[in-house]
Amino acid sequence: MTEFSDASCKHGRLLANIMHFARVLRAAGLPIGPGRVLDAVNAVRAVGVADRDDFYWTLHSVFVNRSPHRELFDQAFHVFWRNPRLLERMMAMALPAFDYPQGMSEQRLRRRLGDAFKSGFGAEGGQQPPATEVELDAALSWSAREVLQDKDFEQMSSDEVARAKSAVARMRLLLARVPVRRYRRHRLGTRVDMRASLRSALRSGAGVIPLERCRRRRRPPPLVILCDISGSMGRYSRMLLHFAHTLATDRSRVTSFVFGTRLTNVTRHLREKDVDVALERISDAVPDWSGGTRIGACLAEFNRLWSRRVLAQGAVTLLITDGLDRDAGEGLGDQVERLHKSCRRLIWLNPLLRYEDFAPRSSGMRAILPHVDDFRSAHNLSSLEELADVLSQAGARHQEGVSQWLVRRR
Amino acid sequence: MLPANVDDTHALLTAGDYLADRSLATAVFLSLELHRPLFLEGEAGVGKTEIAKVLAATLDRRLLRLQCYEGLDVASAVYEWNYARQMIEIRLAEAEGGKSREQLGDDVFSRRFLIERPLLQALEPHDQGPPVLLIDELDRADEPFEAYLLELLSDYQITIPEIGPITAQHPPLVVITSNRTREIHDALKRRCFYYWVDYPSAERELAILALKAPDADAQLSRQVVAFVQRLREMDLFKLPGVAETIDWAQALTQLDVLELDAAVINDTVGALLKYQDDIAKVRGSEAARMLDEIKTALVSGRVGG
Repeated sequence: MTEFSDASCKHGRLLANIMHFARVLRAAGLPIGPGRVLDAVNAVRAVGVADRDDFYWTLHSVFVNRSPHRELFDQAFHVFWRNPRLLERMMAMALPAFDYPQGMSEQRLRRRLGDAFKSGFGAEGGQQPPATEVELDAALSWSAREVLQDKDFEQMSSDEVARAKSAVARMRLLLARVPVRRYRRHRLGTRVDMRASLRSALRSGAGVIPLERCRRRRRPPPLVILCDISGSMGRYSRMLLHFAHTLATDRSRVTSFVFGTRLTNVTRHLREKDVDVALERISDAVPDWSGGTRIGACLAEFNRLWSRRVLAQGAVTLLITDGLDRDAGEGLGDQVERLHKSCRRLIWLNPLLRYEDFAPRSSGMRAILPHVDDFRSAHNLSSLEELADVLSQAGARHQEGVSQWLVRRR
Repeated sequence: MLPANVDDTHALLTAGDYLADRSLATAVFLSLELHRPLFLEGEAGVGKTEIAKVLAATLDRRLLRLQCYEGLDVASAVYEWNYARQMIEIRLAEAEGGKSREQLGDDVFSRRFLIERPLLQALEPHDQGPPVLLIDELDRADEPFEAYLLELLSDYQITIPEIGPITAQHPPLVVITSNRTREIHDALKRRCFYYWVDYPSAERELAILALKAPDADAQLSRQVVAFVQRLREMDLFKLPGVAETIDWAQALTQLDVLELDAAVINDTVGALLKYQDDIAKVRGSEAARMLDEIKTALVSGRVGG
């Protein structure tokens, strides 16, 4: 204990600063609890503070847990540990430009980090908070190069929510269970459960070892939803996102993405239990509502960055798009083929075409159609129940059927 | 025998033919010193599994490897009873007579009939010291297994209902790797020291090749490293890792190639790239163009050795 108090006298400022640094990171979104701060202190004591790089990597190995947090940590470290007063002075003088530490001139400070420094830092450690509220705008925020529109969702009525839940529950297609590699006890199973048999042998008495059986569990596979939110699909955004939200709260392992000109991962936003809060968060997070569509580019990004991470365990992919593409379907066929080969089943839902009149005139649609396992279309979907009905129908189109039909129509 | 500081750890890894960044040596040192697991994440083929093997070799400890897959359960990972022997034991006891039921129960469920799997073996005492436990590709296992592992890694204790709790006297050195096909739960990562293993720089990759493919010609190694570094800047579905570089260098050495040319690359690109889309992108004129750029750069001394 005396060792610790000696250390705290000599390194008192350092330990306090580690704590402040952890609080800044926590405000920026890294999950750091008090236990980790203690771990960080122990780690720093084990390694020593002689070398700045070692100090950096010591804190990194304790505070960083995920790959996306590395960049945030990097920026935070270089700003904080260079000169903590630098940031306070900058905020006090309300400089529009910020003198970045060397090596960071090209990057913008991450928006969350800017918020974290603005809100959390000044009030702690006995330092005086700046007297006026300082607005940090262009220098620390995202640069907006595309035409970005805001989306305003109507609030959901409780009637709508109840109907959505029952509609999803009735939907059979996406809820089909697949066998997994775990077993559970069952009277009629085909496999013998040795452990249970032995235990009941000890109970049962002389001469008989009764055979207990088990059989495979079944579980719904992971689900990935790729939803188009461009101008042509604008009418359906609210309903489709409500649908995605109901699915996401109903089962686990649902990942959702929306795309227009860019691809955005909205899984975490949809985890909110309240559907209105979820939609509000999504409308804040997604910048390219009702703009153009670049299906090929967005699918390419999905394939490169996300497919290995979310499609790994035999996922079912639901692609909701009308197939109208600004790039006229260039490169789209390859990307959809790659997507099809990475997942268990690819289902395409086209909410804008009437089934009987369907003639794939657009090159985008022609590019997607050969690579899907299941195709659903519905004209003018007005409600979520219709959507659920459409998805529950026994597959009128399987892959062989689609290609024959294409040959016939050509 | 455990290294005393980061420099010693770095020297230890180098002695085991593993060229690491100082950042990795820091994470390894912290894990050894503070007895916490080391969590390594990164793309496939960057050398995550190698670290555990090198640690086991240099510290002279036994390496216990648990390869994870979906549906991995306690019977394959921790322990299993030897049912066949137990049944025979029961039959023999019944034939001889004379044993009460409780006695038989105690006898049948004793350590004699227990088959130990890697996680339980890691908790047993070993002569050379606590072993290195490698839990490979934890992201392939499912969430129930992760929850079980969480309990194990916090207390280093396993409870077998028939026998009782088994605690480790000296906690093993645990290394967990993940390919990130699924996000591991935060509760598990929180107990570990985290490190993201990235692709190496050109100089370090050259040094790795010098160690792992020593028969390759020096000029060839430089060209191989420059070519692979260039490939990693392209937009490929799966970037080649360090393991692929070593394989390619060894393959070229087997073919008695002293210098890269477009024909050789077209023939052997299968050692580097494993997806047809990527191969189609690189083969042919693209490879020839990249090769010319690399050769001019090497000659003018801008790149590498």
